Amino acid sequence: MSEPREIKWFRAAPLGSIPEKEGRRVQYGEHAAALFNLGREYLAVDNQCPHKGGPLADGIVAGKNVFCPLHNWKINLESGCALSGGEGQVKVYPVKIIDDFICIAFEEGGLGKENSAGPCQEKCDERL
Amino acid sequence: MEQKHLLVIGNGMAGMACVDQILKRKKDFIITVLSEEPYYNYNRILLSSVLAGEKSLDEIYINSKEWYEQNGITLCLNAKAIDVNPEKKLVHTEDGRMFAYDLLLLATGSNPFIPPIEGGNKKGVFTFRNMADTENILAACETARHAVVIGGGLLGLEAARGISSKGVKVSVVHLMDRLMDVQLDEVGGQFLKREIEKLGIEVLLNKNTSKIMGHEQVEGVLFKDGQVVATDMVVIACGIRPNVELGKKAGLKVNRGIVVNDFMETSDPAIFAVGECVEHREKVYGLVAPLYDQGKVLAATITGDKGPLYEGSVLATKLKVMGIELFSAGDFKATEADKEVISYQDHSFGIYKKLVIFRETVIGAILIGDAADANRFLEMIRKRERITDNRQMLLFSKAPVVAGSPADVMSRPDTDTICGCIGVSKGQIVQAIRDQGLKSVSEVKACTKASSGCGTCTGLVQDILIAVAGVAFQEEKKDVLCACVPFPKEQIRLMIQTQKLASVQDVLDIYGNGTGCSYCKPALSFVLEEVLCGDHKEDRSARFINDRVHANIQRDGTFSVIPRMRGGVTSPEQLRKIADAAEKYKVPMVKVTGSQRIDLLGVKKEDLPKMWADLGMTSGHAYAKAVRMVKSCVGTDFCRYGTQNSIATGIKLEALLEGLYTPAKVKMGVVGCPRNCAEATVKDIGLVGIEGGWQVVIGGAAGKIVRAADILVTVKTTDEALEAALLFFQYYRENGEYLERSYDFVVRIGLEKIRRETVLASEETRKGLLERLARAKAKAVNPWDEAAKPVHPMQFKDFVLPKDAEALIGRGAL
Repeated sequence: MSEPREIKWFRAAPLGSIPEKEGRRVQYGEHAAALFNLGREYLAVDNQCPHKGGPLADGIVAGKNVFCPLHNWKINLESGCALSGGEGQVKVYPVKIIDDFICIAFEEGGLGKENSAGPCQEKCDERL
Repeated sequence: MEQKHLLVIGNGMAGMACVDQILKRKKDFIITVLSEEPYYNYNRILLSSVLAGEKSLDEIYINSKEWYEQNGITLCLNAKAIDVNPEKKLVHTEDGRMFAYDLLLLATGSNPFIPPIEGGNKKGVFTFRNMADTENILAACETARHAVVIGGGLLGLEAARGISSKGVKVSVVHLMDRLMDVQLDEVGGQFLKREIEKLGIEVLLNKNTSKIMGHEQVEGVLFKDGQVVATDMVVIACGIRPNVELGKKAGLKVNRGIVVNDFMETSDPAIFAVGECVEHREKVYGLVAPLYDQGKVLAATITGDKGPLYEGSVLATKLKVMGIELFSAGDFKATEADKEVISYQDHSFGIYKKLVIFRETVIGAILIGDAADANRFLEMIRKRERITDNRQMLLFSKAPVVAGSPADVMSRPDTDTICGCIGVSKGQIVQAIRDQGLKSVSEVKACTKASSGCGTCTGLVQDILIAVAGVAFQEEKKDVLCACVPFPKEQIRLMIQTQKLASVQDVLDIYGNGTGCSYCKPALSFVLEEVLCGDHKEDRSARFINDRVHANIQRDGTFSVIPRMRGGVTSPEQLRKIADAAEKYKVPMVKVTGSQRIDLLGVKKEDLPKMWADLGMTSGHAYAKAVRMVKSCVGTDFCRYGTQNSIATGIKLEALLEGLYTPAKVKMGVVGCPRNCAEATVKDIGLVGIEGGWQVVIGGAAGKIVRAADILVTVKTTDEALEAALLFFQYYRENGEYLERSYDFVVRIGLEKIRRETVLASEETRKGLLERLARAKAKAVNPWDEAAKPVHPMQFKDFVLPKDAEALIGRGAL
């Protein structure tokens, strides 16, 4: 990293305000993030599923993945990659706990590193 | 050349694994096996899984009748060998038979050690060593309320957990000051004790049993310190002793075990020995992995390919108690001054890790609470790897690429051992999958034997298979709930019932992969609630969003609200409230549904509780796998054709069942005559009024498929009709698979069987169904009451930051 630059951390939610293994939408201007409490850490991705824009914050969390509530696409919360359903990727936002707040650096959001599992390893799960 | 006759005494794991290796070398032996037990060869390690209800007896057989036949092996069951004559090369059995041999293989295993305790012959005292023992213990658990397990070693703890899972209160008593004293140090013993106690099992240490009390039947156990514990059954699991009797009779050199050299030869050139009955370099092994290593060497020696040496094994143990991870290997004590210890203790998570280092190599390890690295450390111990680099990180594995993904195991080197029992490396599994085109875990198991020991590596084997076989991968045909919780659905219900698993996370942690998915989490939520009649620990994060906010999510992320309108009957007052709410919350669409109700579409999540409060109505559950509605026609109240009072009956049926959850949605209808105006014959449950009675119909559908309902029963009175509907309803709740609609359920189970087990069942069975239904109904609530009492302050809320929200400024790295 070259010159240290300024990063804006926005207070998204007070610590403890999101139930464990659940997500909540955090809206800031144009940005709509889905912020998840994974117990030992918080992760945030863009709230819109790459498939049909379903609200990922309302999905079921399983490990570090979330299942979109509309058509069950499985999105990895670290890379933003769709792991099942179809191909796609959502932005991931940096998250940091500062004092008693979970903070999101909205302006630093970007595509995460694709994981080696590939964008669509598993078969589409249409059970829901 | 004349064929040699190989006589094998002992039909256990070591003996048959050795025979398997001999067969691989294609030596032309005539093989006869003498088995004291009346069973084909089974996996003795898995007896504890049978006791815990995780496996059935049928599932633990290793070799079938066909295997013996195909390989030309003569198997004599119930043939207990009692004498060997090494001069004449003859073996005598208890039933007076005589077997001649050219080569004799002793695989007689071991016997349970029974300490000299007075009263050890009473009824209700068991050992835990073979299939018969297991069956006896299981039978005793049905009536026993309290069990004492004498012995806090590996087997004792596995037995304790198994018995405890049957709802029997268990106390484990141990002579020493810590559990598993052979495999653990003092700290490890303390960690393990806490974990065992968490399972509801009492642990009594430093207890010397002096007497088992009672007349004919066990009534209690008396200890040397004078304490008495009342109990209905006692299991003695004080370890095992090599079964060397035949070795002695054959005149072999015997110490603790039958002495063998590195070629696995005994002192008699025609007699060989393998397994637990053997002593090699003054060590006796009671665990499965060394026995397989011995078998491989012995197979070479006995077939004339003498050369490979058995040089002893690193002792390694894994405790197979669901919910507890424990691993111990090598020299973990570090008593000498020149040995160093690296350790980590986390009391709140119950994690203890210890490595013993000697001259820059790992020589021993203990892992409790997190044994994911067990194979990695075992490998380091076996290979005597030097640890100079990265010593600080030694206790912690590298973070996997994506936790739990197939890439995780694939990132390991090919030489890594995957199956510790049999000793199969990752490379061997990968090669077998490629060369033989293997597609399923059972194929890999059959071909490489990986995961055929204790079975803990099955998940890893599957990960490798998925990564290598790709799309060709086939899931096991076994009808399991989900890949995340790979147990048959029936078994999961049983485990929840008997082991008092209260939450989805409990089940996932103990029997699954710990994370679950969008299918099994809601499925387990339903099963837990249904099996425990509402006494489960609710976890909303395991529920679909609809069940967290009690409304149906729409394509734009808004929700739809459908209040309950029992029987499809409403009033001007209700309609006024609905109209007011629709205006107040600017509902974009008000729609009459096909279920004789009114749908308010496009409601924002945060408006839901306010709207419910304004409506003052009950949830219609139009978003849930639950009782939806009962449609009705006008019936005798107004209709000139009506033969039955369909409106009142419909309202009553809905009131009886509303608020209950079901495997899939349940739609009902009640019609007053066969003209069927409310379409009861295409509903999950329907009541069809006829002259002088009702037809109760089930399994109808008018959705993706259209299916006319089957007649369950025809009855005279309305009460009888309602009872029949309730009986089927509860039967479906208990036996339906998650997401299985009644029309599939009826076809799968069969109408006759459903009749036999509901309306035609014994009074006791019917009463049981109705009682369980009543218990669940008593716990049912109106979920919309959460408007006033949310389960969490943020249940219906999201976060919206103001446009001018102030940011904290950070510098440098994210």
